[in-house]
Amino acid sequence: MLQAFLVILQRDLILAIRHRAELMNPVLFFVLVVVLFPLGVGAEISILQKIAPGIIWIAALLSALLSLDRIFRTDMEDGSLEQMLISAQPMSLLILAKIIAHWMITGLPVVLVGPLLALFLGLSTEGIETLFITLLLGTPILSAIGSVGVALTVGLRRGGVILSLLVLPLYVPVLIFASQAVDASAAGFATTAPVAMLSALLLLALSLTPWAASSALKMSVS
Amino acid sequence: MDSFSNFIHMGGYAGYVWTSYGIALVIFVWSVVSPIIQKRQLIKRIKSIVQDEQG
Amino acid sequence: MIMRFIHKLGSPPYFYQFSGRLLPWLSGICLILFAYGLYGGLVLAPTDYQQGDSFRIIYIHVPAAWLSLFVYMVMAFSGAVALIWRIKITEIILINSAHIGAAFTFLALITGSIWGKPMWGTWWVWDARLTSELLLLFLYLGIIALYSAIDDKRKAARAVAILALVGVVNIPIIHYSVEWWSTLHQGPTVTKFDKPSIDTRMLIPLLVMAFAYKFLYAIVVLLRARNDVLWRERRSQWVTALFDGSK
Repeated sequence: MLQAFLVILQRDLILAIRHRAELMNPVLFFVLVVVLFPLGVGAEISILQKIAPGIIWIAALLSALLSLDRIFRTDMEDGSLEQMLISAQPMSLLILAKIIAHWMITGLPVVLVGPLLALFLGLSTEGIETLFITLLLGTPILSAIGSVGVALTVGLRRGGVILSLLVLPLYVPVLIFASQAVDASAAGFATTAPVAMLSALLLLALSLTPWAASSALKMSVS
Repeated sequence: MDSFSNFIHMGGYAGYVWTSYGIALVIFVWSVVSPIIQKRQLIKRIKSIVQDEQG
Repeated sequence: MIMRFIHKLGSPPYFYQFSGRLLPWLSGICLILFAYGLYGGLVLAPTDYQQGDSFRIIYIHVPAAWLSLFVYMVMAFSGAVALIWRIKITEIILINSAHIGAAFTFLALITGSIWGKPMWGTWWVWDARLTSELLLLFLYLGIIALYSAIDDKRKAARAVAILALVGVVNIPIIHYSVEWWSTLHQGPTVTKFDKPSIDTRMLIPLLVMAFAYKFLYAIVVLLRARNDVLWRERRSQWVTALFDGSK
């Protein structure tokens, strides 16, 4: 079972590295959205400082949303998804592997680039540290919740728009807790409560969403 | 009649109160009436199907 | 005993017959409740000393907000039943609840906004209650969009059932996070609907209205479900028999 998990993980990572150009797209998108904000709001550092956590987190949500499709779509198209569904391995475990692979491909770069961008927006050092922690805890939740949304819409032609309608409201708690944590630490307050909530959400998402996604996939593929 | 005009006036909030109740009324009536209209059309269509199959 | 009844209800012709007999009773009770609730709320209840008569909007706002959550619970429950036992009727109930739930969520939002205008001076305040109601509306719209996007309706019903269950796990989390967010930004809301010391003459009409709304929902969902059943079963004998004789 563990082996199947690792095989899927390895396979998805290798596939991603082979398509290197695509690999960069979500991060580029993330950077671009963040850059747009000073252009739209104005370069006044005090304003940017204040809204930096929100900007970075919204950009992270959008870039996650943009890349969600690839969790299952290519596997659906080449038929390997059906193979997984009829294999003897528990589907939810395979999905967990795919979620983690997706996070390593699209989430991890955002986690690494996010703090750098926060520097440009004038966030304080404490704020940047907390931002890094919240991104580390929060972005896997985005991949996990997103996997359910993709599993429900993977067979549809107009799936993309519906996917965002399904997934974004479910992202709200992550956005709230993460950006509040950064806000609090930038203002010099304790961040234990929101960070603890994020960790709880992460555990909950990783343990429940693979089940929901696997039953949704069975529906979509059948 | 004085009490009635007071009632309509709603202590100066008539606009807000009656707009809210009006919107509620529209939503209630629409939600009840639309399935009834839909049913009429359904019955017509089903009847024509039944007749087609017999004729 | 109860299971047997549920199974019997699960059969479309029995459901159609049974709901047909139930509807007049539901309508009667609903009308009585509305009549009493409106009379109590608009006439009997004394004017609020802080909010004046504008508080009378709560008699349509709060029951709508309660119902919007209640309908989602019903949807999640029937979704679970639909997924486990594959009972068609629960799928139909689930789908047809979504539109009603969205309509009542919309009603709660718009009346909340109208109520807020004289209270806060603006049409929209990012208060916890209104914000989570807005998110609930998006959850409903997502369900409706997903259902209409999948062509195979049996499949669509299963997809929607899964989505409703995912949503029901998330609603408390969303609600809690929004509440937390709003206390950080605004401080505790000054005017709240549910004051602990509400006058019973104000409270009773509110509860009556809440029941009236529930009955209205039951009526509408049955009306819509009956249409759905008829159309899905249009090829079966009991439907043709129904319209063959009454020509």
